Amino acid sequence: MRKRENNIFVGIDWVLILLYLTLVFLGWISIYAATVSPSDTKILDFSTLYGKHIQKIGFGLVLAIIAISIDSKFYERFSGVIYIITLIALVGLFLFGANINGATSWYRIGGFTLQPSEFAKVGAALALANFLSEPNRDLSTLKSQLNAFAILLIPAVLITLQPDAGSALIYASLIFVMYREGLPAYYIVIGLSAIILFVVTLALGLKITILAVFGLIALFFLYLIKNNNFAIKREWPKLIAFYLCVGLFIFSVDYIYNNVFEKRHQDRFNILLGKTADTQGIGYNTDQSMITIGSGGLTGKGFLEGDRTQGKFVPEQHTDYIFSTVGEEWGFLGTTAVILLFTAFILRILTLAERQKSRFSRIFGYAAAIIFFFHFMINVGMVIGLLPTIGIPLPFFSYGGSSLWGFTLLVFIFIRLDADKTYEW
Amino acid sequence: MERKYLAYFSIIGISILFILRLFYLQVIDTSYRNSPLNNSAVAIKYDYPKRGYIYDRNGVLLVANQPSYDIMVIPQDVRELDTIEFCDLLKITKDDFVKRYKRARNYSPRIPSVFLTQLSKENYAFLQEKMYKYKGFYIQKRLLRQYPVKSAPNVLGYLGEVNENDLKKNKYYQLGEIFGVNGIEKQYEELLRGVKGVKFIQKNRFNKEIGPYKDGKYDTVPIIGKDLTLTIDSKLQQYGEQLMVNKRGGIVAIEPSSGEILSLVSMPTYDPNMMVGRKRTVNSTLLFGDTINRPMFDRGLLAQYPPGSPFKIINALIGLQEEVITPETHFYCYGGYKYGRASNNFMGCHCGVYGSPIRLDRGIYKSCNAYFANVYRRTIEKYGKASKGTDVWNKHVESFGLGNFLGTDLPTGKKGLVPDSKMYDRYYPGGGWRAPTIISNSIGQGEVLTTPIQLANMTAAIANRGHFYTPHILKKIDNKPIEIEAYTKPKHTTIDPEHFEPIVEGMFNVFEKGTAQGSRVKGISIGGKTGTAENFASFNGKRFQFKDHSVFVAFAPVNDPKIAIAVFVENGYWGSRWAGPIATLMIEKYLKGETNRAWLEKRMLEGSLQDEYDAQLAVEKAAREEYRKEQELLKEQQLAQKGE
Repeated sequence: MRKRENNIFVGIDWVLILLYLTLVFLGWISIYAATVSPSDTKILDFSTLYGKHIQKIGFGLVLAIIAISIDSKFYERFSGVIYIITLIALVGLFLFGANINGATSWYRIGGFTLQPSEFAKVGAALALANFLSEPNRDLSTLKSQLNAFAILLIPAVLITLQPDAGSALIYASLIFVMYREGLPAYYIVIGLSAIILFVVTLALGLKITILAVFGLIALFFLYLIKNNNFAIKREWPKLIAFYLCVGLFIFSVDYIYNNVFEKRHQDRFNILLGKTADTQGIGYNTDQSMITIGSGGLTGKGFLEGDRTQGKFVPEQHTDYIFSTVGEEWGFLGTTAVILLFTAFILRILTLAERQKSRFSRIFGYAAAIIFFFHFMINVGMVIGLLPTIGIPLPFFSYGGSSLWGFTLLVFIFIRLDADKTYEW
Repeated sequence: MERKYLAYFSIIGISILFILRLFYLQVIDTSYRNSPLNNSAVAIKYDYPKRGYIYDRNGVLLVANQPSYDIMVIPQDVRELDTIEFCDLLKITKDDFVKRYKRARNYSPRIPSVFLTQLSKENYAFLQEKMYKYKGFYIQKRLLRQYPVKSAPNVLGYLGEVNENDLKKNKYYQLGEIFGVNGIEKQYEELLRGVKGVKFIQKNRFNKEIGPYKDGKYDTVPIIGKDLTLTIDSKLQQYGEQLMVNKRGGIVAIEPSSGEILSLVSMPTYDPNMMVGRKRTVNSTLLFGDTINRPMFDRGLLAQYPPGSPFKIINALIGLQEEVITPETHFYCYGGYKYGRASNNFMGCHCGVYGSPIRLDRGIYKSCNAYFANVYRRTIEKYGKASKGTDVWNKHVESFGLGNFLGTDLPTGKKGLVPDSKMYDRYYPGGGWRAPTIISNSIGQGEVLTTPIQLANMTAAIANRGHFYTPHILKKIDNKPIEIEAYTKPKHTTIDPEHFEPIVEGMFNVFEKGTAQGSRVKGISIGGKTGTAENFASFNGKRFQFKDHSVFVAFAPVNDPKIAIAVFVENGYWGSRWAGPIATLMIEKYLKGETNRAWLEKRMLEGSLQDEYDAQLAVEKAAREEYRKEQELLKEQQLAQKGE
């Protein structure tokens, strides 16, 4: 084993760092455009949001340097500890948390607020990587499956209770990491089918869905029987059970939607499914956002020329709806560039992860890529009206220290792990 | 290792999906522009400058501005209020309040709309102190026109709201803005209105204004409208309107030495203040809906009448110029003029000079039809073919500004009609029309049509002995005299100046020993000519003759003309009966400032031709009714035929 040199930059993936810095820089530009007012004169005015964001970027870079300075072995050995600490931080919210906008998701320390759920993602990724990378770990066994699910479920439940259902969704996305590491495919298939069935049920209503789905299943089994792949005489209980499960699921979706969902949740789906047109209430944000993006046209109105951005037409534009600023001021060319940058960034992490010899590094990298991907997909999908309103930030673009720092740690811990990939330890 | 590809596929797939979606949103789909949320992030506010005042030639204020106050409402800002008290203040009922509020709310809860229009000044002062109590309501000031002198609405015009059609024509305006629709207000709209200032205001998503857009970098300052001074003499104008009460017709007076229009009377008329304020809509419907009196129809500019006898002067001038007569040439009149072999080819004459020679001078002052028929025939036949003669004649006539637009600075006008050979070739496709065919033109009957302003201009040209200045109505802009070449350069007729003297002599004698002796004014030398224009109307192919129009043209003083005037009184019969007295009273009033013929003035002021108009209307109605019945009968017959 070769002693690592003091130079922490040996083996660093500069491509990833360059992509990171580009995204952070563009993110700040967008926040500047969304929050600057004509009376502001200085860029380094720390009373403004864009000024504060510069401080946060600065602190993020300090975190980044710390993250790549720490020995990669530390992350693997202490992943459990880090995970537990993040869980404690989440639990602590119920005692010491500050309530902002109806959610108790923040600690208020001095003038700063800290959102532990953003760091819990790092903890969960580390813990999952650590758990799955153990030798002889076999995800086809129920015990391993349950253990792995538990690692994700605990922070997800804690976060849902804050309540911050959007962030909790990210933990569900880590199932894809488990799939990559050997989780049987039917989890994904059943999961996706359930989501599709869920949406179809809401869109078409109970009766039509039941008829259509049952009809499709019947056709499918008829096809199997015709090709002698299914012996109806022997296996009819399976058929009945299948029907029962699907039927029960559809009924429960309908029931949950009508009796468990609160009005605001229903509204979000209704608007997305086009069942109600609402441009004043809940659908207002997304409508404003789409109009703002649409008004950008092909080439955009130009930096600081976005009148709808200046007029603060899109609520929460510097946080969840920051992408609409890009759309208005830089147009289709700008939005495409940002999407391609994110794609390159995520694919770079994914490719590096696949190259890792260490399972821990690979799984952590994979988890990081999935986390970034889901944030990107859900946030942009919402802003351009493809997904319901789910409040999660766009990495590096949305204003906020905790998410920036959480994402920075995610990237730079992986960069450290990747830099050490040639070393056997 | 195929499992890792799921992530790759998902990421690339989602990226492509997003880019396609964004391409749709940003490049293909333009429906966001129509979204109710897209009421633009930048509000444009206009700062309307004061509209220019209008004065008469002596500085009398004709058109001013008066402030008017509208109550505006932004429904979403309205808080609970004491409705009874508020309704009391506004002098409206509670039902009315609810109705108005609902209408505003339905229009938009966010955008201000007019709640109540045009409060009086007194109401405003009282209300203003109390408005703080009623959140969401505010008072907005507007400027309306005000007419201190109730006169000349046809000249001044009125203001109206810009509608969609106007928007297409002129990009300057916004929907609902005020602009000149007619008269001076329309003609000199750009001078009067000034230039509105534009303020760009940044709005937020609640449609609240949050300050100037880009620090007011694009804002512009309003430019105040210019004050105009007209050539109109308000006193003369009003006097003309009084003289024409209960009559229909037009008076146009021009200063020959400049082409300035001194008065432009059209009767029936209306109080210009009717087209302003809360009652404007009602009044407008009333005025435009009056198809019998047609008060919105400017008879001075638009009514085309056959000129009648005053046109003889032109024919005489052409005869002199074409050297077919001299002032000494004489003709005989035997109660008229026989222009063909058939017994009905006869044009009657009332000159009363039977069988003794009539020279030019007497021809004019006695208005002898036979004399001018001879002159005209000689002119037309001078070149052998009637068509050549007619075209030469046409050119001479048109040089007096007849048969075409005069080019005045008034937004409306009519060409009138001066026939040429082409027209008659169309009328008589087989050819064969000759001087006798068109002999009626000799006495201003026939096909010739003129408007009162054309006749007045023609008179001015005679007064000037051969030239005229394009009639115009603008004298000064912001008290600086205008210098427009089209108005200062004389237009010469094709008649040499020396031919005018014998004509003027004849016109002077019209008062001394001719048809207008009764209208003679002591101390003023006037040249004039009476006219009686036949009044035909056709219904359903049938020709009806109604009481003739009374026509008169005059200028004075004869040797230093200060005023040229044309008067048309519909159904007034002889020129000397109505038009002559009115024309000379106008001249007297203008030159002396007062009139000495109280009895004549009284007769004019009190005289009414309403009976004549009613009689004509009754005949017209009967004719229409008959036509309707005929049509019905025809239809029945057709149906019966089909039935067979």
